[in-house]
Formats: sequence, structure tokens, C-alpha cells
Amino acid sequence: MNVVLALQIGWGTTLAIKTLVVLAIIPLGALVLGYVFLLKMMSHMQSRLGPMDPGGFHGWFQLVGDGMKFLQKEDIIPDEADRRVFAAAPAVVVISTFLVFLVIPMGPDLVVKNLDVGVFYALAVSSLSVIGVLMAGWASANKYALLGALRAAGQLIAYELPLLLAVTGVVVQANTMSLQGIVYAQQNGSIFGWHGVGNPFILTQFVGFALFLVASQAELTQTPFDMPVAESELVAGYMVEYTGFRFLFFFIGEFGTATAFAALAATMFLGGWSLPWVHGGIANWIGPFVLFAKLMFVAFLMFWARFTYPRLREDQLQALAWKVLIPIGLLNLLITGVFKVAF
Amino acid sequence: MSTTESPTNAPGFEVDRNAIRQLADAQINVELDTGDMIINLGPQHPATHGTLRLVARLDGERVLAADPVIGYMHRGYEKLSEFRTYPQVTTLINRIDWLSSFANEVPFVDAAERLMGVEAPPRAVWIRTILTELSRIATFVLFLGEMGLQVGALTPAFYGFRDREHVLNLIEAATGGRFHPNFNRIGGLKDDLPWGWIAETRSAMKTILDACDVFEDLVAGNEIFLSRTRGIGVIPGDIGTSYGVSGSNLRASGVDWDLRRDGRPYLAYPDLDFQVWTHPDGDSFSRYWVRLQETRESVRMVLQLLDGLPAGPVMAKVPRIIKVPEGEVWVETENPLGQMGYYVVSKGATGPFRVKIRSASFSNVSILPWLLKGVYVPDIVTILASLYFILGDIDR
Repeated sequence: MNVVLALQIGWGTTLAIKTLVVLAIIPLGALVLGYVFLLKMMSHMQSRLGPMDPGGFHGWFQLVGDGMKFLQKEDIIPDEADRRVFAAAPAVVVISTFLVFLVIPMGPDLVVKNLDVGVFYALAVSSLSVIGVLMAGWASANKYALLGALRAAGQLIAYELPLLLAVTGVVVQANTMSLQGIVYAQQNGSIFGWHGVGNPFILTQFVGFALFLVASQAELTQTPFDMPVAESELVAGYMVEYTGFRFLFFFIGEFGTATAFAALAATMFLGGWSLPWVHGGIANWIGPFVLFAKLMFVAFLMFWARFTYPRLREDQLQALAWKVLIPIGLLNLLITGVFKVAF
Repeated sequence: MSTTESPTNAPGFEVDRNAIRQLADAQINVELDTGDMIINLGPQHPATHGTLRLVARLDGERVLAADPVIGYMHRGYEKLSEFRTYPQVTTLINRIDWLSSFANEVPFVDAAERLMGVEAPPRAVWIRTILTELSRIATFVLFLGEMGLQVGALTPAFYGFRDREHVLNLIEAATGGRFHPNFNRIGGLKDDLPWGWIAETRSAMKTILDACDVFEDLVAGNEIFLSRTRGIGVIPGDIGTSYGVSGSNLRASGVDWDLRRDGRPYLAYPDLDFQVWTHPDGDSFSRYWVRLQETRESVRMVLQLLDGLPAGPVMAKVPRIIKVPEGEVWVETENPLGQMGYYVVSKGATGPFRVKIRSASFSNVSILPWLLKGVYVPDIVTILASLYFILGDIDR
């Protein structure tokens, strides 16, 4: 964290503060999603209560306690492991999550860097995590980990394309790749001339939204696409040899990335931080909360599927990606293009 | 076992060695070649729910050969039985298939009764039948959820445990033990049913039927589950029979064979009206489907039994110290996991001279080397889960 701070301070204190906030958001997002969905929603779906005691109110402190527990645990590195790669892998996963958050706007001015190629950048850096996963799987010197890592690599590559196609429709409609620009396009848009709710792209790009949810589920290696970690076959896949704070990094990476993808979906399809009737400086104050609410809705959909469905097999997943999702994505893009030119 | 050595000399592996030899020959012409990888599933592995060890030789994710290694849980029950009296042996055999302990006791107690020429009173026989069917329901309901877990869906497993609890509560209320009732006595049962038990059982059976509907929707009706299980691990009927596969696994291969109907009459089954479910496909899905239908059928049987439960004592007149006259007897029953049999040899002492236990899971997993050839790694788990074995039932 200090390194990042030292680098950023030369560019301006504002940027440094923003970076620190983003750094805080990742574990915070992981905590909130982990608590609300993994501990509470899943428990209630499975007719149990989940942790109830830590922290007093419905066990909200449980995950913090778990995190502390992981910090105290011994950091075991297998003898056969490639030590440096093994140690670096969890960091790579978390860094890729961090890089995604840099371009997600939380208000008119609340964005670390409003890149003109924001969408492109976000998808590019999010796939960095596969390098971390491959590093973890290879360096662990474990067959289960290797199988898991190779599955992860194949799966993440197969699902980059549907993800990209899902987003391209939005980009075509908004005329920009900047995430901030996409938010404004939705806020100021209109449905057949009616400005009441702006024009959230979920209304026109519902196919894209569904594609994005499915593909991001695969990117996040969540059920039904959790073959890389498949606890009933590969035990925990590429994470199998990790203990202590390195495992914690993977956990934070997993739920942090879930937060990032939910935020991306909320930004591109649900209008992000904007409310159609709120303009000006006040949006800076309520923007983060609006984004959070929309993000939680998207995350709810993701985790609902995660806790309900069985797991596909690796070859079935590839078939689904190449034979179903990509053709649908291309068709969606074609139709969007036709409408764009016609109207 | 060293990693270079081929796993086994069991029949069926010759074909495979040829395939590997061909692969090695082909290597000259192929630029890129991946070597085989030997992966060790278990004895500590979530999919083997116990201590089964599978040594699988993989080419990528495809299984070239898989060899089950058993014995990590061997407790020597056959030998231990020789040093116990007959009433004490039931304590041991409770722990063979620990999910349906009551059903284990029945054939052994039946064997002792046949040797002694004692007949349990009708009420005891009917209560035994009810409790056997209840343990079948408990075993299958857990399977219906557990199978979901093994193919990756977490939630059904919890539903399985939750709904099984209704049945375990009934067993506990009647016998005093959730898992190891030890309720059978030679000549009858320890106690009569507690007051109010019959009404409670009726309502619990409704819950189980609802649970079956839930599993049919949530698991059996799920597209992903269908694609994961249809056509996976197909056992043709004749192959299954030749390996000694029994129970629901065999009926799912289209073999219409159920000891409750086809075997030597035992318990109250001759008086019952029930259907034997079969499925022609023999794949993992049909094993799931057959167990789902059999759970419903068992519920119907329990309701029938409750309606016709005779009155009377639950214990016949037997001497205080049980001595079984000289003789040999073979008793086999249709247990939840398949055919379970005891061959009891008595020399006229208070304990058996020799007991041979034929447990269903042992024969059911013997087909694994044949079945796992050529499948993918995820399918290993599907097949293991759908065969539904209990480690205590394999190793004894």
C-alpha cells in the first residue's frame, strides 16, 4: 500500500486519496458481499441461519474474525513449490481487481481516472487474474491445482469473447467507451422522448445484460462455472495448497472481483451512480449509495444462480460459450447496429 | 504404489495397455504429446465421502484407467463376530452401513431366528418392516440431496440433511438411537412403538413426499444436472449382473430384480402391495431417478404398514441365554444400498462360529475399473455419487 501511495503522491494528493479509497473498497466490498450473500443469503436459502453471534447483530463480525484468523495462521509453502511464483500469485489476482476499480465511476467527480477506453481497459485488466490463477496452479506443484489452473485458463479465455460482445452493444448505443460517458448517456437518454427514468441500457440491451451475467459468472469461477475450484472434484483447484493470508488474498480477490463485475454491470446496464432526476453536485454524495444499491441487486442475481445450480463440465462449458453465447452476442451486436443506423 | 507402475492386473486392463502401447507408437509421428498423469483421489477426498482411494491414470482430463483401493476402514467385523454372543453381534453390524443401521440388523437377526426356530410375533415383524423402510427413506433422501452436492449444487445437500432429520427423529423416538438403534432382539424387538408415533409418522411421510417433489424440481429437473448425468456411467444390465451390482443400481440398468419381491419371503413384504421401479438407461440419471421413485414407493409402503399394523406382543418367548443350535443359514435382504446377506455358521455356542457378510457396496464399487474407463475427471465424481456406496459397507 505504501508503494502505491509513494507513486501516486507525485501525481497529486487527490489521486492518492482516491487510490486509497479504492484500496479500501476491495476488502470492504469482499466483506459486504461475503457477509450478505455467502453467509446470510446462502444460509437462508438452505434453511439455516448462518453465524448469529459474532458482532451482536446477525453475526456481521464473522468474516472480520475469519480474516483475523487467516492472518494468524502459518504460511505454508510446499517444498516442491516454485516459492516466488507461489507467493506472488494471490497478489496478481487482487491487483487485477484493484485495476478494474480504478475506472468505475461512483459519482460525477468520484472516479480515479475517467479513461476514454474505460470499458476496454476494465475488461482487459480483469483478465489479468487468469495469470495469477495459472501461476498459483503451476507453482503449487500439485496435480489438483494444475488441473484447476488449466481449467481456469481455458474457461476464462472462452468467456472473454461473450463478455466483450455483451458490452459492445452498450458501447455502440452510448457512442463512447468511457464508463462515465455511458452513465451520462443513460441518465440523459429518453425512452421514445420520455425522460422520466432516463434510458438504462438494460431496457434495450437485456440480451447483453444476460450475456454479461452468464459470462461474468464464468469469469468469477462461480457455480455453475466453478470447475477450476470444484470442491467435490478438485477439492479447491488452484487454491488447494494455499493457507493463511495468501488464501485470504484469494478470498478477497474472489469477492472483490464479484463486486467489481457487479459494479461494471450496474454501471453499464442500470445507470451506475446516476438517478435520472438528480443532477449537479449532490450526485457526488448520493452517487456511491445509488451505485451500491444497484451493485447489490446485480450481485444478488449472480449469487442466486451460484447457490442454486449444479456445475457444468469443462467441455460443456466450452460448447456453451462457443456455440450458444457467442452467436447470441454477435446477433445482439448486429441488431443493435441496425437499430443504431436506422434510428 | 509407485507412480510409474500400472495400477492393477485386474481383468479389463489389457485392452488399456494396448491403447497405451499404440499411443507410445504414435508418439513418433505426433509432435506434441502429453504424458499420462497418475492422480490419487482419496482416501481423504470429498467425493469419496469416506476413505475410498481411487488411483486414476489420466490423459489430460480423460481417465485411462482407475483402480479403487479399499480397506482403509476395515474393522474386521466378520472376525469380531466370532468372539461375540448373538445379541452382541447386532451392535457391530449396526456400523456396517451406518446410514441404514436398522436394515443391517434384520438379516442377521433373521438368520439367528431361523437357526433357532423362533418366530417373531406379527407385530414385531411389521414394526421391523416399517423401520427398515424408514431407514431406506433416510438413506435415499440423503442421497437425493448429496448427489446434487457432488455435481456442484450446494443447496440440495442441505435439503437432504434437513428432510432426513424427520425420519431420523422417528427412528430415534421408536428405538432411542438416531444412527445405531440396536433395536432388534432375537425373537422380536426391544420395545413396542411409543404412544403417538403412528400419527407422527403419517405426517412425516407427507413431508417426505413433498421433499421428493422438491428434489424432482430442484435436482432431477435441472438442465445442468441432466446434462451432467444423462449417458454418464452407463452400466448395461448384463455387465452389472456379472459384477454383482445389486439394488437400485441394478434396477436402474433395467434388471427387474428386488429381493423384497423375488427373494425368499421375509418380513411383511409378501403382504404388501408395492411396485418395483426400473429404468432402461443404466446411466447416472436413471440411478437418481430410480432412487427418487423408490423413496416415494417406500413412503407408500410405510403408510400401508401403518394401516395394517397388527396388535399383540413384540417379543416371542426365548430363553434368557441364547444358544443357537448347530447349523448353517444364508439370509439375504434388499437393503437400501443393495443385496445384503449373512452366512451364519453355528456350532451350538452362544456366539456364531463364522459369519460371512455380503455387503452391497463392496460389489457395487467392484465395477468401477470397468465403468470409469474413458470418462472425464468430473464424471468420476458423478459416477461415484450415483453408485452411492458407504465405506463401512465396503470395508466392514
